[in-house]
Amino acid sequence: MIQSNRRTLIKALAAAGLGAPLAATLNGCSTPFRNARPHVVVIGGGFGGATAAKYLRRFSRNQIDVTLIEPKQTYMTCPGSNWYLAGLTDVPSLTHDYEALKTQHGVKVIHDTVSRVDGDAQSVSLQNGETLHYDRLVMSPGIDFVYDAVPGYSEAASEVLPHAYQAGPQTELLYQQIREMRQGGTFLMIAPPNPFRCPPGPYERVSMIAAYFKEHNPTAKIIVLDPKSKFSKQALFMEGWQELYGSMIEWYGKNDGAIVEELDVANKTVSCELDTFKADVINVIPPQKAAKIAFDTGLTDATGWCPVNQETFESTQKRGIFVIGDASIAGQMPKSGHSASSHGKMCAAAIVSQLNNWAMPRPKNANTCYSLVGAHYGISIAGVYEMQDGIIKEIAGGVSQMGASQQVRKMEAEYARGWYKSITADVWKS
Amino acid sequence: MKTVMMPLSALFVGALSLMPLAAHADVISNAELSATTCFMCHGPEGKYSGGAIPPLAGYPANIMVQQLKDMKSGKRPSTVMQRHLKAYSDEEIEALASYFATLKP
Repeated sequence: MIQSNRRTLIKALAAAGLGAPLAATLNGCSTPFRNARPHVVVIGGGFGGATAAKYLRRFSRNQIDVTLIEPKQTYMTCPGSNWYLAGLTDVPSLTHDYEALKTQHGVKVIHDTVSRVDGDAQSVSLQNGETLHYDRLVMSPGIDFVYDAVPGYSEAASEVLPHAYQAGPQTELLYQQIREMRQGGTFLMIAPPNPFRCPPGPYERVSMIAAYFKEHNPTAKIIVLDPKSKFSKQALFMEGWQELYGSMIEWYGKNDGAIVEELDVANKTVSCELDTFKADVINVIPPQKAAKIAFDTGLTDATGWCPVNQETFESTQKRGIFVIGDASIAGQMPKSGHSASSHGKMCAAAIVSQLNNWAMPRPKNANTCYSLVGAHYGISIAGVYEMQDGIIKEIAGGVSQMGASQQVRKMEAEYARGWYKSITADVWKS
Repeated sequence: MKTVMMPLSALFVGALSLMPLAAHADVISNAELSATTCFMCHGPEGKYSGGAIPPLAGYPANIMVQQLKDMKSGKRPSTVMQRHLKAYSDEEIEALASYFATLKP
């Protein structure tokens, strides 16, 4: 009913020649302001949240007060963490702090954990007892795992068989296990079903582990058990695996009977229709859902993710709360650090436009994901997106060419490193 | 179900007479917002950030327009840029180039 009334109104306005600007402001939110200077609270200091905080300041020309809440003093990125597994980078290079956000952009940063969000009172309570009031709230909470969806796996088991899909101690654990694996041993990955963060991530990871093994454990084997029948940049990855690692990596998908039926954590044994595998190191990347705080705040739907107005990223379930990054349902954009940062910019522009009563800009939006198959062998996928009928749709893009020259692969490997430097500088440094 | 969940606020057009943040209407243009999506590879504010990807701040607009159009058509070789540029019209390319030309390198 509401939707159809709104449509009728927009139609009537469009007929009167007022459509575009008013339709944009109609997407706005009438949540009242508490402060003379609007205050936006951002929860989560990853790619999405840190970008939103910085760009709320930038787009409002510093006229909005922004508070960022992030429990960790420093943030280690998932992008690049596979390169670390291969020994191509180090942890300090992947770790970023919040000094530039504070000193260069005037963002107030609080390192604490949110205990409760009250959407009606427009307040956020912290574990230290403090309560913050907001005019708008941006949440970029990231993901949680559905551990028990892999029979036999659990959060406790991840201390033995790491997921390493949130960077930090889990990454270190996998790094150690790969290095301690016996000569000629077997590394096994259980890949996740869609949708999950960073679609090429698991396949870049086995590439990087193969790069390490090729040098230090050349008779090792890598097995991937995948509940999907295909994966991102599959042909390119497989071409690269063949070229660089011969038959070291064996990938089995849904059609091969690779859906895991039982994981025996203690014996490191995995059973599926295809076979029973005994491995030395097992990396389990479980199915994913929005982080717990999104559930607790009532932002998720039956899919386990957060539906949003895809133009502004305002929750369709709680007004005044915007959800960006992996936790949000952002049309055809993949879940990635790059997408999350794009969301942060779009959402910041939407909030600033709402608060000023400006028409929402209608930009093109992009995602670029580079993957290293080898130290000097890069491949990429790119997408450009725009709003069509309320959905973020991909209007152009694609993957690197098959059969490209070594020179092209080398250039893309350099661009992968350049991308990392630029995006992390954009989000955390300057 | 989802349609019922639309924010009720969508109807309250009258409530939108909000205080302007700045005296002058410093609207965010499509070119500015789209250009910020280029920063992720080409450096914040188009400034060099240490990698192999060229910075764009202060790039002469007419040269950038020509190079982008040539990459879009395939006349100038590129890796990822042709895949991006197919989404942009000549007018959008010109607006982006004009914006980058205004940024200080």
